[in-house]
Order: sequence, then structure tokens, then C-alpha cells
Amino acid sequence: MAQSDTEILAGLAEIVNEETGLDPAEVQPEKSFTDDLDIDSLSMMTIVVNAEEKFGVRIPDDEVKNLNTVGDAVTYIKNAQG
Amino acid sequence: MSNDRRIVVTGLGATTPIGATATATWEALLAGESGARSLPQEWLDQYELPVTFAATIKQDPSEVLARVETRRMDPSAQYAMIAAREAWADAGKPDIEPERLAVAIGSGIGGVHTLLDQYDVLKEKGPRRIYPLTVPMLMPNTASGNVSLDLGARAGAHTLVSACASGAESMGYAAEMIRAGRADVVVAGGTEAAIHPLPVAGFAAMQALSKRNDDPTRASRPYDVNRDGFLLGEGAAVIVVEAYEHAKARGATIYAELASVGMSADAHHITAPEPEGAGASRAMVEAVERADLAASDVKHINAHATSTPVGDIAEANAIRRAFGNAVDGMAVTATKSMTGHLLGAAGALEGVLTILSVHHRLIPATINLDEQDPQITLDVVTGEHRTLPDGDIAALNNSFGFGGHNVAMMIKSV
Repeated sequence: MAQSDTEILAGLAEIVNEETGLDPAEVQPEKSFTDDLDIDSLSMMTIVVNAEEKFGVRIPDDEVKNLNTVGDAVTYIKNAQG
Repeated sequence: MSNDRRIVVTGLGATTPIGATATATWEALLAGESGARSLPQEWLDQYELPVTFAATIKQDPSEVLARVETRRMDPSAQYAMIAAREAWADAGKPDIEPERLAVAIGSGIGGVHTLLDQYDVLKEKGPRRIYPLTVPMLMPNTASGNVSLDLGARAGAHTLVSACASGAESMGYAAEMIRAGRADVVVAGGTEAAIHPLPVAGFAAMQALSKRNDDPTRASRPYDVNRDGFLLGEGAAVIVVEAYEHAKARGATIYAELASVGMSADAHHITAPEPEGAGASRAMVEAVERADLAASDVKHINAHATSTPVGDIAEANAIRRAFGNAVDGMAVTATKSMTGHLLGAAGALEGVLTILSVHHRLIPATINLDEQDPQITLDVVTGEHRTLPDGDIAALNNSFGFGGHNVAMMIKSV
């Protein structure tokens, strides 16, 4: 079942916080995972796998490199849930 | 065979089954507390383990580490981080160039919780669910790597692995780094987090553990005629060692001198000690000689004494072989009677306790020693704590490990 952008963003923020300790309020759609949030590739893989579990979607490894910003991830998850 | 640079200890840290800090551990020892507790009921139900208790850590690391740290570090690295931060703060956080600061933290087993937990994930959920930090969490150098990162130590980060001698060997290696001019300050010690059903079953299978399931706090009884094996423990202990002139120049508080470390290997059997103690005694004699001491200068021995029937006698034989009649002037204690056996952290913890004994001039009494084994003719401190004399004194700490590793560390008063 599809969730709203706000719900997905909040869920992602929770996952990012758990893995990196970043304040969930920092996790905003325009933020880049690497440049703004300083998330390394290992942490990104954990976030992706946890997001798959949380949102019931599959995010292929090849797609991960296209998820530059938090907003990209929200959009991808929303479409995948669609 | 004297050494040019004097090495001193300026910081102590520990997280153990009986205390959340080095000081708390020392106070619990003086109170005669045992760290033995029941294992989780779910493990007992699931595996019917032959041993139902262990000396688990007193303070849950999540009380002092950030959540992201407990998530991204194996428990063995978490314990080391807690002890290292305490030691570093205790040393006054020396202002030092990163290229002159090193880390040497050993472990007997490494990240065994991560290894086994992630194997469970693999079997139950498949490879995609494996945590991407699995490998850097399970590797034996996970503790030294993480501590080096935390302190910004760039002179080197080393991991000495010699089973239950790892912690003491790390402290010896730290001293050698300073003597060789590779560092001025080294954060050194040992860590272990191996209380999991598999290692418990493994140690039990080799008949190494006490099976006193009906009375866990009385299970660890080194030198007692009714001892039947060791009490498995966990935790970490870390010291800050530095060149004497470096410590003096910055006005640091000095606990004691790490005068020398003697090392040898038995080359006799993978687990059994050489019964006459030839290898262990060579390490002890080497420690005395390298420290330019006479046997009569050694007033105290914090023994390895794990409470196994064979091991305690082999060590007692080795001590007598090394020192002859001078043994009669050495008060021996077995702190594992309270802390349990911390494996790769044991030598580091007992190093810390030996340093505190010399610093406070006090030897904590061994507990659970109701009837001393007649084959062990050592002066074991029991009942009342014993004070050490004023003036220049030295104390020895023994650590031995499966594989035939022998490490004897000499601590001198300053």
C-alpha cells in the first residue's frame, strides 16, 4: 500500500538516525546523502536494506547510485510501492 | 640488560564484571565481590548448556556509548572504547602529535558476537540482510582500529592475539614501541566479549569451565583444593603508557613504572601448560632481569591463577622454579576469584590491578579459598587484604594463553 511522501520521509529519517545518529530533522528532501549528510557507502547500503524492509519494496544495487538526495529515495520508494 | 627509556603508566580504564570503571572494579575487589551471574534463560532453554553462569559485564555499554556506536561496533570494540576513553581522560588527555600516539589493544577471540549473530541472519534472512559493517566488526583488530580512530592515534594501531595473554602482551608491545622510538604515548590493553553459547559450549567441551552451577559466586576458587575450572568473564582494561620524560614534562600523575615485560613460548602442547613451568619461569626471570631487579625486590605477584586444577599447579611450580626461596617473600593474589577470567582482557585487567596494588600498596585478598591445595606452596593473600611495604617495590603480573604463550609484566613503584 502506498504511503504519503511525509510518511516515507519520516520513516527514512528514522532509519538514517538509527544508523548514523543524525538528527531526524536534518533528513530533508533536498539534502544529498553524501555531500550534506556525510553518509558513506556502507551506511547507505544499510539504510537501503532497512528501507526495503520497512517500506516493503526492492531497491536494486544498481539503483542505489541514482539516489543522490533524500527526495530521490522518497520518490523511488513511493513509485515502487505504487 | 637494562633499557634506556623508562616507561610509566599515567592513565587507567576498565569495564568489567564487577565495575563500570577501573576505580569501581578496584573497590569491588576490596569488597570481595564476585562477578558471576546466570546466563540468559533463553540460551539455557535452547541449548541445555552444561555451564549456566558467567561473569557478564556489570554496565551495559549502551549506558555510556551513543546508540550509533553500539550499533556499529562489536561488543568487544565497545568495551575497549569505554576503557580507552576512561584511561585517556584519566591521563589528562595528553596534548600530543597524532604521529607520536599509538594504540595496542589485543583480544583473544575478536568479534565473535557479530560473526555468530550475522551467521544467524544469513541462515534466516539471506545474504542481502547481512549488515554491511559485518567484516570490520568481526575482525580481531576491530577494537584497536576503532580506538585509534576515536583518539586520532597515527603512530600505529596494533592487535596482539595470544589467547589469554593478549592484553598483557599488548602492554608489553606498547612499552617496546616507546623504547624503539616509534611513539611517545601508547593506549594499550585488552578486550573480550565472548559470552555467547558457542564459546561457552566450546570451553565446557574442553572441561575448562567450572560446573558449580548451584553456587556461581563460589565457582572461581583459584588454589582451593576443590577448584574445578574457570569462570568465563568479559570486559576490557586499558592503560596509557608513556615515556617517563614525556609524562614529567607535561606534569602527569604517574601511577607506576612499567619496568619490563618477559615473554616466552612453551612449544609443549596447544592448551596444556608445561607441567614443570619451564617456559613460564623463563618469562618471569626475563622480566626480573630486564627490569634490573633481584628476585627479592618482587614483593607481590598477581597470578594468572584461573582456578583450573592443572593450570594453578603449573603456574605455582613455574613461580618457584623462577625465584626459588625468594618466593616466600612474595604475596600472591588471584583476582580472577572475583572478576572471572576475561580471556584476552585478563592480562590487561590484572595489569591494571597490579598497578593499583603498587600505587595503593595494597593487595586484595583472594576469595573462595577455603582450603589451599597442599601442592601449592605459595603465600596466597586470603581473608584480610595485605599491605605492601614502603620504599621501592616491584610486583609481577603473569598471563598465559592457549598456544603456549607466557607473558610476565613487572610493575615498579615510582
